[in-house]
Amino acid sequence: MQVIRNRTVHDVVIVGSGAGGGMAAKVLTEAGANVLMLEAGVMFDTRRDSKMMAWPYQSPRRGAAIPERQFGEFDAGWGGWTLEGEPYTSAPGDRFDWFRTRMLGGRTNHWGRISLRFGPNDFRRKSLDGLGDDWPISYDDLKPYYDSIDRYIGLFGSNEGLPNDPDGIFQPPPKPRCYELLIKRAADKLNITCIANRLSVLTQPLNDRPACHYCGQCGRGCAAHANFSSPSVLIPPALATKRLTILTNAMAREVTVSDDGLATGVSYIDKTTGRENHVRGRIVVMAASACETARLLLNSKSSRFPEGLGNSSGVVGRYLTDTTGTGVSGHIPAMMSGHPHNEDGASGAHLFMPWWLDNTKLDFPRGYHIELGGGRRMPGFGVLGGIHRYAEGGGYGKQLKNDYRRYYGSTVNFAGRGEMIPNENSYCEIDPTVVDRWGIPVLRFHWKWSDHELKQVKHMQETFRAVIHEMGGTPLSAMPTAEQQYDIAPGGRIIHEVGCVRMGNDSKTSVLNSNCQSHDCRNLFVTDGGPFVTNPDKNVTWTILALAMRTSEYIANQRKAGSI
Amino acid sequence: MNRRDALKILLAAPAASLSWTDAEAAQAAASAQAARAATTAKPFVPKFFTATEFKLVRTLADIIIPKDERSGSASDAGVPEFMDFMMIDQPTRQVAMRGGLAWLDVECQQRFDKIFLNCTEAERTAVLDDIAWPSKAKPEFAHGVAFFNNFRDLTATGFWTTRMGIDDLQFMGNRSVARWNGCPPEALKKLGVSYD
Repeated sequence: MQVIRNRTVHDVVIVGSGAGGGMAAKVLTEAGANVLMLEAGVMFDTRRDSKMMAWPYQSPRRGAAIPERQFGEFDAGWGGWTLEGEPYTSAPGDRFDWFRTRMLGGRTNHWGRISLRFGPNDFRRKSLDGLGDDWPISYDDLKPYYDSIDRYIGLFGSNEGLPNDPDGIFQPPPKPRCYELLIKRAADKLNITCIANRLSVLTQPLNDRPACHYCGQCGRGCAAHANFSSPSVLIPPALATKRLTILTNAMAREVTVSDDGLATGVSYIDKTTGRENHVRGRIVVMAASACETARLLLNSKSSRFPEGLGNSSGVVGRYLTDTTGTGVSGHIPAMMSGHPHNEDGASGAHLFMPWWLDNTKLDFPRGYHIELGGGRRMPGFGVLGGIHRYAEGGGYGKQLKNDYRRYYGSTVNFAGRGEMIPNENSYCEIDPTVVDRWGIPVLRFHWKWSDHELKQVKHMQETFRAVIHEMGGTPLSAMPTAEQQYDIAPGGRIIHEVGCVRMGNDSKTSVLNSNCQSHDCRNLFVTDGGPFVTNPDKNVTWTILALAMRTSEYIANQRKAGSI
Repeated sequence: MNRRDALKILLAAPAASLSWTDAEAAQAAASAQAARAATTAKPFVPKFFTATEFKLVRTLADIIIPKDERSGSASDAGVPEFMDFMMIDQPTRQVAMRGGLAWLDVECQQRFDKIFLNCTEAERTAVLDDIAWPSKAKPEFAHGVAFFNNFRDLTATGFWTTRMGIDDLQFMGNRSVARWNGCPPEALKKLGVSYD
């Protein structure tokens, strides 16, 4: 097949346009670099493409999921745990569900906007309890970058002085909803810390972006750009420099290298024409997502790098983690026949519960935080479903119709998000026989939970039930058993997968150095979740952004110094 | 180039297949029309249900959500037409739906020697009371219970997601709010909580 080779040599080629790719594009173009960005999906801007404010009856399926939008047809994200023509496999007996979004901005388009900094302890867990590994950097190394993104992107929250949940530069948080006050009262009674949530949703105008209008639909993409996504916050300033070129529908196949072992560019398939192309860059930045970056590196084999680019350690694909997760919903009689009012608010919960206990006094080593929801949501597909699970719920006719009215808005739900410890049995590799529609070898996943995670999830289940009971309510599901693994979500389902190209000081046990630069190939960098050494219970996006900013500034400085 | 000009670049290229396609828009219009057709003489032709099944679906949906002083019935809200659409849109539901409707008729045949639609109100009530309350239902009705749970859930979605249903629930959101003030005093009082 003829490969179309572009003669232009860009300063930087970035693979991916999400949190990591968008941040790299912003920092590097503003530093003066000519940047080419490859995105495997379509162009997307929420001001044109968002389904914000759509009513359910405007669609015949009332917001139900479709294969391309697995969180519902109104969701901004275009993709899911399955993609047509892009398979992956799991080893026999294992299960890992890999979520991919194919659009400008990637998964920043549909996330929960929960923007938590990792804490000082999170970077040195092995030193503290002997499990996992320490990061080659500390909280102090990242703090200035967290501060910068707080200022530039913006988020709300409250400064609490908690030891391992660092404060930030917060805009004022919105007042809690009524039922959230009820939850907080129960949490206070049970000595569970319950504070203002930390969401990258503006409550005050910032950098030419307006404040939130409280429609509660961040997941559909904010047409006003009042929340964070890469295409609404990071891509525009990069484009404004006139030094960013975006190629969409460009599916990267491999990173090419020269005889002297430096990256020379990226070959990709133009999905609209099916043609093979190649773009050249002096520096290659991988931001394709932890697993996609690992796949690309493993598929970039050459005589110089027979095990894949940057993989002399054999660590590419290893130490894959996701967040642990489970949830419980409860029916709260006190919330029945509620006073009608608009409680959409700012997207997700206005409160959350950071990890509040001491693991040395528990039978599992790492913590979790609790996300909450409930109340009078906009009716959508599934609304008031499962009424038979409510106490004395069921029936038909006028009695049922009245019950629906009384029950509407009277449930709360709790979701735990906890830290998984990296283990030897959870990793990805290239499947020996399966390829995708473009002939690119696909990933095969291996996945095992350890007792650490199962015990932690059991604790979540017990805690949520205790809070529901404290509120005078009834859980809508039975306590799951050990055989049911306490209803832990399968690997990949929480969509916080990180690792696979971890950073470290030892080139034999890590892929990248402390600047997220390949140990083996000095003009190759990674700015997605791949470099993460561990996966604390804090949702990963804010740290991807901070780390990407730090890495990008390092690249700009090294380039100026002439060392790469 | 400032942010405003940069944003224009993002708007220039159409996002293939991300906006609703003409076909989807047409489908939505057809569905809305179908809902209206329920109250006019023009008959709706189901794509999944047979004519007899569709009569049963309509009857059952209206038994589950009847008209009352506050809003109309399930069929007034186009629920049977919505169900027909969902059976095509999510084909994995088809067997359970068709089989469940058959279960109901067979149960009525065995008890009263006639299908559900030909049963008297008292006969219908006798069968439905055995499957509509999962916590009280006898184990031998488990399949009927499972069917009725699903049918009731789908009826609820079909009804409460319409304008009629949303107004009935007094949902007051999905609008721009200039300033978020939290809960009104009445709602705080009702729940017994406060901001102090």
